[in-house]
Amino acid sequence: MSAAAPALAISGGAAPRGLARSSVLPGFGISLGFTLVYLSLIVLIPLSAAFLKTATMTWPAFWTAVTSPRVLASLKLSFGASAFAAIINAFFGLLVAWVLVRYPFPGKRLIDALVDLPFALPTAVAGIALTAVYSTKGWIGSLLEPYGVKVAFTPVGIVVALTFIGLPFVVRTVQPVLEDLEREFEEAAASLGANRWQTFQHVIFPVIMPALLTGFALAFARAVGEYGSVIFIAGNIPLVSEIAPLIIITKLEQYDYAGATAVAVVMLIASFVLLLAINLLQYWSRTRGRKS
Amino acid sequence: MSWGRAMTLDGVGSIADPAPRHQASRRRVTDEAPWLRWTLVAIAIGFLTLFLFVPLAAVFYEALRKGWDAYFAALVERDALSSIKLTLLVAAIAVPANLVFGVAAAWAIAKFEFRGKNLLTTLIDVPFSVSPVISGLIYVLIFGAQGWFGAELKAHDVQVIFALPGIVLATIFVTFPFVARELIPLMQSQGTEEEEAAIVLGARGWQTFWRVTLPNIKWGLLYGVILCNARAMGEFGAVSVVSGHIRGQTNTMPLHVEILYNEYQFQAAFAVASLLALLALVTLALKSFIEWRTGREGAPINPEGPSR
Repeated sequence: MSAAAPALAISGGAAPRGLARSSVLPGFGISLGFTLVYLSLIVLIPLSAAFLKTATMTWPAFWTAVTSPRVLASLKLSFGASAFAAIINAFFGLLVAWVLVRYPFPGKRLIDALVDLPFALPTAVAGIALTAVYSTKGWIGSLLEPYGVKVAFTPVGIVVALTFIGLPFVVRTVQPVLEDLEREFEEAAASLGANRWQTFQHVIFPVIMPALLTGFALAFARAVGEYGSVIFIAGNIPLVSEIAPLIIITKLEQYDYAGATAVAVVMLIASFVLLLAINLLQYWSRTRGRKS
Repeated sequence: MSWGRAMTLDGVGSIADPAPRHQASRRRVTDEAPWLRWTLVAIAIGFLTLFLFVPLAAVFYEALRKGWDAYFAALVERDALSSIKLTLLVAAIAVPANLVFGVAAAWAIAKFEFRGKNLLTTLIDVPFSVSPVISGLIYVLIFGAQGWFGAELKAHDVQVIFALPGIVLATIFVTFPFVARELIPLMQSQGTEEEEAAIVLGARGWQTFWRVTLPNIKWGLLYGVILCNARAMGEFGAVSVVSGHIRGQTNTMPLHVEILYNEYQFQAAFAVASLLALLALVTLALKSFIEWRTGREGAPINPEGPSR
């Protein structure tokens, strides 16, 4: 570490002017050096271990590992249920954000604060709580049972858990955009004869769309990797309600490290693609916000 | 916002007075009919009730189902206590580690210009997009029995996986971005003028940091730390992979909840879970307090200029 910090400081100084613009502030070398070393040790090197481990596998072995029926079913379930939950969250998250920004009602501040609960509540707690509530003996599950709707221990339960986990993302990305929305545009639309629904469709929605998509992508990305809240409510039946992260755990428990890592790499690549998409969406969202 | 007033002005009374009528009709075009407003509010609250409020209430209901004696018995049970201790210990190591990192990263990124800054900022966020299970797996690949250093660690009788170091590492990984991502935009918005003035006036680097920078970022720092702490104490997936689930030794609170639940000791599981739910509620309360204190609502804090 002591060797890395000065080396970085030197490379910073030797680079073209304007790179590390000469500053009177101290500590650039040490803070950047520490940041890079810590980032490498905790994040980059361990993550690269997953890719290097997969690189030791032959291509057919990798392919067999990630295309076995059980793995494919779990990937399909993880991505499908996540997409479904993210769509639910996009719709209801927009509605919640709208209501929180536009309408005063009793208890609004408390509700606003509680929207972040899924960020703060440990996933295992969320998992057992949702299972208790949505099982056939639970408060909500018992109401649904007479209609033949089973939630806990079915793929529906997975969607419920993933909806819970992703709930704050859409609300918190759309809310600030709605707050900044200029009422003048809506007034102009109304004066031109648009009704509220037309105004929403053609004036409000295009402005909040990038934020909504960002929230959707964030909720989706979070849901794909989610483990704690899902395993309690899922029932974990192979080929039916077994999510991809659980496959990784199962393979690890069977000491199939290569198989576990192969599935992990597929999920990592999907996550990075999503991360890239989210960054592009946020960039789009920012430039769009500046124009309006 | 002001639909309450608009509503009272709306209707027959407003026709008598041209001025308020004008005001009322202007309000009306950007507001929905009352029935629609209340329907939307009802749907939103209904959705949040089904997915948030009922499950939260269920935690406390199930925990206290057999009365307070059973509740406290579940908390002071030996394995429960050891899981609480381990959780506190892990957070006490992981949170300060990420705090120091967050401050260092934010100092370098916000106060200086260098190439690759955007890439660095993106890389800091990477742990948020990695599945918790994979966050644990990568450390098994390095420190596990079959891992890179597995043989060496065994030769020196050092255990990382299925022991405290592994749990701490996995926790640091999943809580890695919290403090940094809070501080970077905050310190960027504050610029470098105050620090530069201090240095020009003869302050040393550390003095400048303690007396100028730290007071300016204290709320943002606290905000990042409480979120980091909540996740550190509540992490399940990553810790589950590296812990080995040794009762009374490597079980954190969330893992203890899982074990009790799988053993059908539901009331005890929910009792321990209720402590974590309380932690979550305290976290949200503190978070709201900081947002109120720094004059922001809902969105992450990013006050322009130094905070009050």
